[in-house]
Amino acid sequence: MSAATLFGLCAAALIGIGLYGLIVNPHPLRKILAFNVVGSGVFMLFGAIARRGAAAGMGGDPVPQALLITGIVVAFSATALAVALLLRLFDETRSVSLASDAPDKTQPGVDDV
Amino acid sequence: MSDALNIGLAGLILGLALWSIVAREAFAAVEGFMAFGLLLTLAWVQLHGIDVALTEAAIGGGLTGALLIGAATRLRSTEAAARVEGPGAPTRWLAAGVSVAVTAALAVGVLALPVPAPTLAPDVAAHIAVTGVGNPITAVLLAFRAMDTLLEAIVLLFALIGVWSLAPDRFWGGRPGLRQQADPNGILAYVARVLPPIGVIAGIYIFWVGADHPGGKFQGATLMAAMWLLVMMAGLADAPPISRTWLRILLVAGPLVFIAIGVVGVVTADAFLAYPPGIAKPLILVIEFALMPTLTLILGLMLVGAPQRGPLP
Repeated sequence: MSAATLFGLCAAALIGIGLYGLIVNPHPLRKILAFNVVGSGVFMLFGAIARRGAAAGMGGDPVPQALLITGIVVAFSATALAVALLLRLFDETRSVSLASDAPDKTQPGVDDV
Repeated sequence: MSDALNIGLAGLILGLALWSIVAREAFAAVEGFMAFGLLLTLAWVQLHGIDVALTEAAIGGGLTGALLIGAATRLRSTEAAARVEGPGAPTRWLAAGVSVAVTAALAVGVLALPVPAPTLAPDVAAHIAVTGVGNPITAVLLAFRAMDTLLEAIVLLFALIGVWSLAPDRFWGGRPGLRQQADPNGILAYVARVLPPIGVIAGIYIFWVGADHPGGKFQGATLMAAMWLLVMMAGLADAPPISRTWLRILLVAGPLVFIAIGVVGVVTADAFLAYPPGIAKPLILVIEFALMPTLTLILGLMLVGAPQRGPLP
Protein backbone atom coordinates (compact mmCIF):
# COMPACT_ATOMS: atom_id res chain seq x y z
CA MET A 1 0.00 0.00 0.00
CA SER A 2 1.41 3.39 -0.96
CA ALA A 3 1.92 6.12 1.66
CA ALA A 4 -0.71 8.25 -0.12
CA THR A 5 -3.39 5.55 0.19
CA LEU A 6 -2.43 4.70 3.78
CA PHE A 7 -2.55 8.29 4.99
CA GLY A 8 -5.66 8.94 2.90
CA LEU A 9 -7.44 6.17 4.83
CA CYS A 10 -5.95 7.49 8.09
CA ALA A 11 -7.37 10.93 7.18
CA ALA A 12 -10.83 9.43 6.59
CA ALA A 13 -10.67 7.88 10.08
CA LEU A 14 -9.52 11.18 11.62
CA ILE A 15 -12.52 12.97 10.13
CA GLY A 16 -14.82 10.33 11.62
CA ILE A 17 -13.16 10.52 15.06
CA GLY A 18 -13.35 14.32 15.08
CA LEU A 19 -16.97 14.32 13.94
CA TYR A 20 -17.92 11.96 16.79
CA GLY A 21 -16.20 14.23 19.33
CA LEU A 22 -17.85 17.30 17.84
CA ILE A 23 -21.30 15.76 18.38
CA VAL A 24 -20.98 14.06 21.77
CA ASN A 25 -18.64 16.36 23.76
CA PRO A 26 -20.82 18.97 25.48
CA HIS A 27 -17.95 21.29 26.44
CA PRO A 28 -17.35 24.00 23.78
CA LEU A 29 -13.56 23.83 24.18
CA ARG A 30 -13.70 20.10 23.45
CA LYS A 31 -15.84 20.85 20.40
CA ILE A 32 -13.20 23.31 19.16
CA LEU A 33 -10.56 20.62 19.72
CA ALA A 34 -12.65 18.02 17.88
CA PHE A 35 -13.18 20.49 15.03
CA ASN A 36 -9.42 20.82 14.75
CA VAL A 37 -9.12 17.03 14.52
CA VAL A 38 -11.65 17.07 11.65
CA GLY A 39 -9.61 19.87 10.07
CA SER A 40 -6.38 17.88 10.38
CA GLY A 41 -8.12 14.95 8.69
CA VAL A 42 -9.33 17.12 5.82
CA PHE A 43 -5.84 18.58 5.39
CA MET A 44 -4.25 15.14 5.43
CA LEU A 45 -6.73 13.85 2.85
CA PHE A 46 -5.86 16.78 0.60
CA GLY A 47 -2.16 16.10 1.29
CA ALA A 48 -2.55 12.47 0.23
CA ILE A 49 -4.19 13.65 -3.01
CA ALA A 50 -1.31 16.12 -3.50
CA ARG A 51 1.19 13.27 -3.02
CA ARG A 52 -0.50 11.27 -5.76
CA GLY A 53 0.07 14.23 -8.08
CA ALA A 54 3.86 13.88 -7.83
CA ALA A 55 5.37 14.72 -11.22
CA ALA A 56 8.07 16.77 -12.92
CA GLY A 57 10.60 15.90 -10.22
CA MET A 58 8.41 17.22 -7.40
CA GLY A 59 7.40 14.98 -4.49
CA GLY A 60 3.82 16.17 -4.65
CA ASP A 61 1.57 18.59 -6.53
CA PRO A 62 2.73 22.00 -5.23
CA VAL A 63 -0.62 23.74 -5.83
CA PRO A 64 -2.63 21.78 -3.22
CA GLN A 65 0.39 21.84 -0.89
CA ALA A 66 0.47 25.65 -1.04
CA LEU A 67 -3.29 25.79 -0.45
CA LEU A 68 -2.75 23.52 2.57
CA ILE A 69 -0.34 26.02 4.12
CA THR A 70 -2.97 28.73 3.62
CA GLY A 71 -5.61 26.41 5.09
CA ILE A 72 -3.61 25.57 8.24
CA VAL A 73 -2.99 29.26 8.95
CA VAL A 74 -6.65 30.17 8.40
CA ALA A 75 -7.74 27.26 10.63
CA PHE A 76 -5.53 28.66 13.39
CA SER A 77 -7.10 32.12 13.07
CA ALA A 78 -10.61 30.61 13.21
CA THR A 79 -9.63 28.62 16.31
CA ALA A 80 -8.20 31.73 17.97
CA LEU A 81 -11.43 33.63 17.30
CA ALA A 82 -13.54 30.74 18.64
CA VAL A 83 -11.44 30.50 21.82
CA ALA A 84 -11.66 34.28 22.33
CA LEU A 85 -15.48 34.10 22.01
CA LEU A 86 -15.57 31.25 24.51
CA LEU A 87 -13.37 33.04 27.06
CA ARG A 88 -15.50 36.18 26.75
CA LEU A 89 -18.64 34.11 27.34
CA PHE A 90 -16.98 32.61 30.43
CA ASP A 91 -15.95 36.05 31.73
CA GLU A 92 -19.52 37.32 31.33
CA THR A 93 -21.53 34.39 32.68
CA ARG A 94 -19.02 32.16 34.57
CA SER A 95 -20.44 29.29 32.52
CA VAL A 96 -19.81 27.99 29.02
CA SER A 97 -22.81 25.68 28.73
CA LEU A 98 -24.39 25.39 25.30
CA ALA A 99 -27.54 23.72 26.70
CA SER A 100 -30.69 25.70 25.91
CA ASP A 101 -31.97 25.33 29.50
CA ALA A 102 -28.64 26.11 31.18
CA PRO A 103 -29.02 27.82 34.55
CA ASP A 104 -28.31 31.53 34.21
CA LYS A 105 -25.47 32.14 36.63
CA THR A 106 -25.25 35.87 35.95
CA GLN A 107 -25.62 37.72 39.22
CA PRO A 108 -25.73 41.48 39.56
CA GLY A 109 -22.16 42.70 39.90
CA VAL A 110 -20.53 39.46 38.78
CA ASP A 111 -19.55 40.81 35.39
CA ASP A 112 -17.89 43.83 36.97
CA VAL A 113 -15.27 41.65 38.65
CA MET B 1 10.47 -1.19 6.44
CA SER B 2 9.03 2.11 5.34
CA ASP B 3 5.58 0.54 5.18
CA ALA B 4 5.84 -0.67 8.79
CA LEU B 5 6.95 2.82 9.84
CA ASN B 6 4.00 4.45 8.06
CA ILE B 7 1.48 2.00 9.51
CA GLY B 8 2.87 2.54 13.01
CA LEU B 9 2.77 6.30 12.51
CA ALA B 10 -0.83 6.23 11.26
CA GLY B 11 -1.79 4.05 14.25
CA LEU B 12 -0.21 6.46 16.71
CA ILE B 13 -1.91 9.43 15.02
CA LEU B 14 -5.31 7.75 15.24
CA GLY B 15 -4.71 6.72 18.86
CA LEU B 16 -3.79 10.25 19.90
CA ALA B 17 -6.75 11.71 18.01
CA LEU B 18 -9.02 9.28 19.85
CA TRP B 19 -7.39 10.23 23.15
CA SER B 20 -7.93 13.95 22.52
CA ILE B 21 -11.64 13.19 22.02
CA VAL B 22 -12.32 10.77 24.88
CA ALA B 23 -9.92 12.05 27.58
CA ARG B 24 -11.72 13.11 30.75
CA GLU B 25 -9.78 16.31 31.42
CA ALA B 26 -9.58 19.02 28.74
CA PHE B 27 -5.95 19.66 29.71
CA ALA B 28 -5.00 16.03 29.04
CA ALA B 29 -6.95 16.13 25.77
CA VAL B 30 -5.04 19.21 24.59
CA GLU B 31 -1.72 17.58 25.49
CA GLY B 32 -2.73 14.63 23.35
CA PHE B 33 -3.63 17.04 20.57
CA MET B 34 -0.18 18.67 20.68
CA ALA B 35 1.57 15.29 20.42
CA PHE B 36 -0.87 14.49 17.60
CA GLY B 37 0.24 17.68 15.80
CA LEU B 38 3.90 16.71 16.06
CA LEU B 39 3.21 13.22 14.69
CA LEU B 40 1.20 14.76 11.85
CA THR B 41 4.40 16.62 10.98
CA LEU B 42 6.11 13.24 10.42
CA ALA B 43 3.17 12.13 8.27
CA TRP B 44 3.61 15.27 6.15
CA VAL B 45 7.28 14.40 5.65
CA GLN B 46 6.21 10.92 4.50
CA LEU B 47 3.78 12.60 2.07
CA HIS B 48 6.68 14.71 0.68
CA GLY B 49 5.17 17.98 1.89
CA ILE B 50 8.13 19.47 3.77
CA ASP B 51 6.70 23.00 3.64
CA VAL B 52 3.38 21.74 5.00
CA ALA B 53 5.24 19.78 7.70
CA LEU B 54 6.97 22.98 8.86
CA THR B 55 3.65 24.84 8.93
CA GLU B 56 1.91 22.01 10.80
CA ALA B 57 4.69 21.84 13.41
CA ALA B 58 4.74 25.61 13.91
CA ILE B 59 1.05 26.51 13.67
CA GLY B 60 -1.09 23.35 13.71
CA GLY B 61 0.58 21.71 16.70
CA GLY B 62 2.51 24.57 18.28
CA LEU B 63 0.43 27.74 18.26
CA THR B 64 -2.97 26.01 18.29
CA GLY B 65 -1.80 23.77 21.14
CA ALA B 66 -0.55 26.74 23.18
CA LEU B 67 -3.84 28.56 22.57
CA LEU B 68 -5.93 25.58 23.68
CA ILE B 69 -3.72 24.89 26.74
CA GLY B 70 -4.27 28.47 27.91
CA ALA B 71 -8.03 28.18 27.39
CA ALA B 72 -8.20 24.75 29.10
CA THR B 73 -6.46 26.16 32.17
CA ARG B 74 -8.88 29.07 32.45
CA LEU B 75 -11.98 26.97 31.81
CA ARG B 76 -11.08 24.13 34.20
CA SER B 77 -13.89 25.07 36.62
CA THR B 78 -16.54 24.60 33.89
CA GLU B 79 -15.68 21.01 33.06
CA ALA B 80 -17.60 19.29 35.85
CA ALA B 81 -20.83 21.05 34.80
CA ALA B 82 -20.31 20.07 31.16
CA ARG B 83 -19.80 16.39 32.06
CA VAL B 84 -23.34 16.20 33.40
CA GLU B 85 -24.72 17.61 30.15
CA GLY B 86 -23.30 14.78 28.03
CA PRO B 87 -25.77 13.17 25.64
CA GLY B 88 -27.37 9.81 26.40
CA ALA B 89 -26.50 6.46 24.89
CA PRO B 90 -28.87 6.72 21.87
CA THR B 91 -27.24 9.99 20.75
CA ARG B 92 -23.78 8.49 21.25
CA TRP B 93 -24.62 5.44 19.16
CA LEU B 94 -26.19 7.61 16.47
CA ALA B 95 -23.11 9.87 16.43
CA ALA B 96 -20.84 6.82 16.21
CA GLY B 97 -22.95 5.49 13.32
CA VAL B 98 -22.79 8.80 11.44
CA SER B 99 -19.03 9.04 12.00
CA VAL B 100 -18.39 5.50 10.78
CA ALA B 101 -20.57 6.16 7.71
CA VAL B 102 -18.65 9.36 6.87
CA THR B 103 -15.31 7.58 7.33
CA ALA B 104 -16.46 4.66 5.17
CA ALA B 105 -17.65 6.99 2.39
CA LEU B 106 -14.35 8.88 2.44
CA ALA B 107 -12.35 5.62 2.49
CA VAL B 108 -14.23 4.40 -0.59
CA GLY B 109 -13.41 7.74 -2.20
CA VAL B 110 -9.71 7.40 -1.33
CA LEU B 111 -9.56 3.90 -2.81
CA ALA B 112 -11.41 5.00 -5.95
CA LEU B 113 -9.24 8.02 -6.80
CA PRO B 114 -8.53 8.29 -10.53
CA VAL B 115 -5.35 6.83 -12.06
CA PRO B 116 -3.28 8.62 -13.29
CA ALA B 117 -3.84 11.31 -10.67
CA PRO B 118 -4.54 14.82 -11.97
CA THR B 119 -1.65 17.14 -11.24
CA LEU B 120 -0.57 20.70 -11.87
CA ALA B 121 3.10 19.96 -11.09
CA PRO B 122 4.19 19.99 -14.77
CA ASP B 123 2.54 23.40 -15.26
CA VAL B 124 4.34 24.75 -12.21
CA ALA B 125 7.64 23.28 -13.41
CA ALA B 126 7.13 24.85 -16.84
CA HIS B 127 6.48 28.37 -15.53
CA ILE B 128 8.51 28.55 -12.32
CA ALA B 129 11.51 30.12 -14.09
CA VAL B 130 9.45 33.27 -14.81
CA THR B 131 8.97 33.95 -11.09
CA GLY B 132 12.66 33.78 -10.20
CA VAL B 133 12.05 31.69 -7.08
CA GLY B 134 13.24 28.09 -6.78
CA ASN B 135 10.72 26.66 -4.28
CA PRO B 136 7.56 25.64 -6.21
CA ILE B 137 5.39 26.16 -3.08
CA THR B 138 6.57 29.76 -2.74
CA ALA B 139 6.00 30.27 -6.48
CA VAL B 140 2.39 29.07 -6.07
CA LEU B 141 1.82 31.10 -2.89
CA LEU B 142 3.19 34.39 -4.20
CA ALA B 143 2.84 34.22 -7.97
CA PHE B 144 0.43 31.63 -9.42
CA ARG B 145 -2.09 31.81 -6.56
CA ALA B 146 -1.08 35.14 -5.00
CA MET B 147 -4.76 36.05 -4.57
CA ASP B 148 -5.16 33.26 -2.00
CA THR B 149 -2.22 34.51 0.02
CA LEU B 150 -3.50 38.10 -0.09
CA LEU B 151 -6.95 37.04 1.11
CA GLU B 152 -5.35 34.86 3.79
CA ALA B 153 -3.38 37.82 5.16
CA ILE B 154 -6.63 39.81 5.24
CA VAL B 155 -8.49 36.94 6.96
CA LEU B 156 -5.77 36.87 9.65
CA LEU B 157 -6.12 40.62 10.16
CA PHE B 158 -9.92 40.37 10.41
CA ALA B 159 -9.63 37.49 12.88
CA LEU B 160 -7.38 39.63 15.08
CA ILE B 161 -9.85 42.52 14.87
CA GLY B 162 -12.57 40.02 15.80
CA VAL B 163 -10.59 38.88 18.85
CA TRP B 164 -9.94 42.47 19.91
CA SER B 165 -13.56 43.46 19.44
CA LEU B 166 -14.47 40.97 22.20
CA ALA B 167 -12.86 43.27 24.77
CA PRO B 168 -15.25 44.85 27.30
CA ASP B 169 -15.79 48.55 26.49
CA ARG B 170 -13.76 49.77 29.44
CA PHE B 171 -10.67 47.90 28.25
CA TRP B 172 -10.81 49.03 24.62
CA GLY B 173 -7.44 50.43 23.59
CA GLY B 174 -5.72 48.71 26.50
CA ARG B 175 -3.13 45.98 26.69
CA PRO B 176 -4.17 42.45 25.63
CA GLY B 177 -3.91 39.58 28.10
CA LEU B 178 -2.88 39.72 31.72
CA ARG B 179 0.46 40.99 32.97
CA GLN B 180 2.67 37.95 33.39
CA GLN B 181 4.60 37.50 36.60
CA ALA B 182 7.62 35.23 36.67
CA ASP B 183 10.57 34.85 38.98
CA PRO B 184 13.18 37.21 37.44
CA ASN B 185 15.93 34.72 38.40
CA GLY B 186 13.88 31.64 37.47
CA ILE B 187 14.49 29.25 34.63
CA LEU B 188 11.67 30.76 32.49
CA ALA B 189 13.23 34.23 32.59
CA TYR B 190 16.62 32.67 31.85
CA VAL B 191 15.33 30.77 28.81
CA ALA B 192 13.46 33.89 27.67
CA ARG B 193 16.78 35.74 27.62
CA VAL B 194 18.90 33.02 26.01
CA LEU B 195 16.56 31.49 23.43
CA PRO B 196 15.11 34.50 21.51
CA PRO B 197 18.38 35.56 19.80
CA ILE B 198 18.77 32.01 18.46
CA GLY B 199 15.06 31.71 17.64
CA VAL B 200 14.96 35.03 15.80
CA ILE B 201 17.99 34.05 13.68
CA ALA B 202 16.33 30.71 12.91
CA GLY B 203 13.06 32.51 12.06
CA ILE B 204 14.79 34.91 9.66
CA TYR B 205 16.70 31.99 8.12
CA ILE B 206 13.51 29.97 7.54
CA PHE B 207 11.89 33.08 6.07
CA TRP B 208 14.85 33.79 3.75
CA VAL B 209 15.47 30.25 2.43
CA GLY B 210 11.74 29.97 1.63
CA ALA B 211 12.48 31.39 -1.83
CA ASP B 212 14.45 28.31 -2.90
CA HIS B 213 13.98 25.66 -0.19
CA PRO B 214 11.25 24.53 2.20
CA GLY B 215 10.37 27.39 4.53
CA GLY B 216 8.80 30.78 4.11
CA LYS B 217 7.16 33.70 5.81
CA PHE B 218 4.40 31.81 7.69
CA GLN B 219 6.80 29.37 9.32
CA GLY B 220 9.40 32.07 10.00
CA ALA B 221 6.79 34.48 11.37
CA THR B 222 5.43 31.77 13.69
CA LEU B 223 8.89 31.16 15.12
CA MET B 224 9.41 34.92 15.66
CA ALA B 225 5.96 35.18 17.28
CA ALA B 226 6.83 32.25 19.57
CA MET B 227 9.99 34.04 20.70
CA TRP B 228 7.99 37.20 21.37
CA LEU B 229 5.42 35.21 23.37
CA LEU B 230 8.21 33.60 25.41
CA VAL B 231 9.57 37.04 26.34
CA MET B 232 6.05 38.20 27.26
CA MET B 233 5.31 35.06 29.32
CA ALA B 234 8.51 35.52 31.31
CA GLY B 235 7.38 39.04 32.17
CA LEU B 236 10.41 40.62 30.45
CA ALA B 237 8.23 42.67 28.09
CA ASP B 238 4.56 43.58 28.00
CA ALA B 239 2.14 43.37 25.10
CA PRO B 240 1.62 46.78 23.46
CA PRO B 241 -1.73 48.55 23.99
CA ILE B 242 -3.86 47.94 20.92
CA SER B 243 -4.40 51.68 20.42
CA ARG B 244 -0.71 52.25 19.51
CA THR B 245 -0.37 53.86 16.08
CA TRP B 246 2.85 52.01 15.17
CA LEU B 247 1.19 48.72 15.94
CA ARG B 248 -1.80 49.45 13.74
CA ILE B 249 0.42 50.66 10.89
CA LEU B 250 2.51 47.48 10.99
CA LEU B 251 -0.64 45.33 11.13
CA VAL B 252 -2.04 46.76 7.90
CA ALA B 253 1.32 47.38 6.15
CA GLY B 254 1.66 43.81 4.80
CA PRO B 255 -1.78 43.53 3.16
CA LEU B 256 -1.61 47.16 1.90
CA VAL B 257 1.77 46.66 0.20
CA PHE B 258 0.43 43.43 -1.31
CA ILE B 259 -2.69 45.21 -2.64
CA ALA B 260 -0.62 48.15 -3.93
CA ILE B 261 1.66 45.83 -5.92
CA GLY B 262 -1.44 44.03 -7.19
CA VAL B 263 -2.98 47.28 -8.41
CA VAL B 264 0.28 48.31 -10.09
CA GLY B 265 0.07 44.97 -11.90
CA VAL B 266 -3.21 46.07 -13.51
CA VAL B 267 -1.34 48.89 -15.26
CA THR B 268 2.00 47.25 -15.99
CA ALA B 269 1.08 43.62 -16.60
CA ASP B 270 -2.64 43.70 -17.53
CA ALA B 271 -3.97 41.84 -14.49
CA PHE B 272 -4.46 42.33 -10.75
CA LEU B 273 -1.51 40.76 -8.91
CA ALA B 274 0.38 40.10 -12.15
CA TYR B 275 4.06 40.99 -12.08
CA PRO B 276 5.82 42.70 -15.01
CA PRO B 277 8.29 40.32 -16.68
CA GLY B 278 11.79 40.38 -15.25
CA ILE B 279 11.05 41.96 -11.88
CA ALA B 280 8.82 39.25 -10.40
CA LYS B 281 11.44 38.15 -7.86
CA PRO B 282 12.09 41.67 -6.44
CA LEU B 283 8.34 42.30 -6.13
CA ILE B 284 7.85 38.94 -4.37
CA LEU B 285 10.63 39.88 -1.95
CA VAL B 286 9.00 43.26 -1.24
CA ILE B 287 5.69 41.51 -0.45
CA GLU B 288 7.42 38.95 1.77
CA PHE B 289 9.33 41.61 3.70
CA ALA B 290 6.14 43.65 4.21
CA LEU B 291 4.14 40.60 5.31
CA MET B 292 6.73 39.25 7.75
CA PRO B 293 6.25 41.82 10.60
CA THR B 294 2.48 41.85 10.01
CA LEU B 295 2.23 38.06 10.33
CA THR B 296 4.53 37.94 13.37
CA LEU B 297 2.43 40.54 15.19
CA ILE B 298 -0.92 39.02 14.21
CA LEU B 299 0.04 35.45 15.17
CA GLY B 300 1.51 36.56 18.50
CA LEU B 301 -1.33 38.92 19.43
CA MET B 302 -4.02 36.40 18.48
CA LEU B 303 -2.58 34.04 21.08
CA VAL B 304 -2.51 36.74 23.77
CA GLY B 305 -6.21 37.44 23.19
CA ALA B 306 -8.54 40.37 23.78
CA PRO B 307 -7.53 43.44 25.81
CA GLN B 308 -8.06 42.78 29.51
CA ARG B 309 -6.51 45.88 31.04
CA GLY B 310 -7.56 49.51 30.77
CA PRO B 311 -5.81 51.95 28.42
CA LEU B 312 -4.58 53.99 31.39
CA PRO B 313 -1.60 52.63 33.34
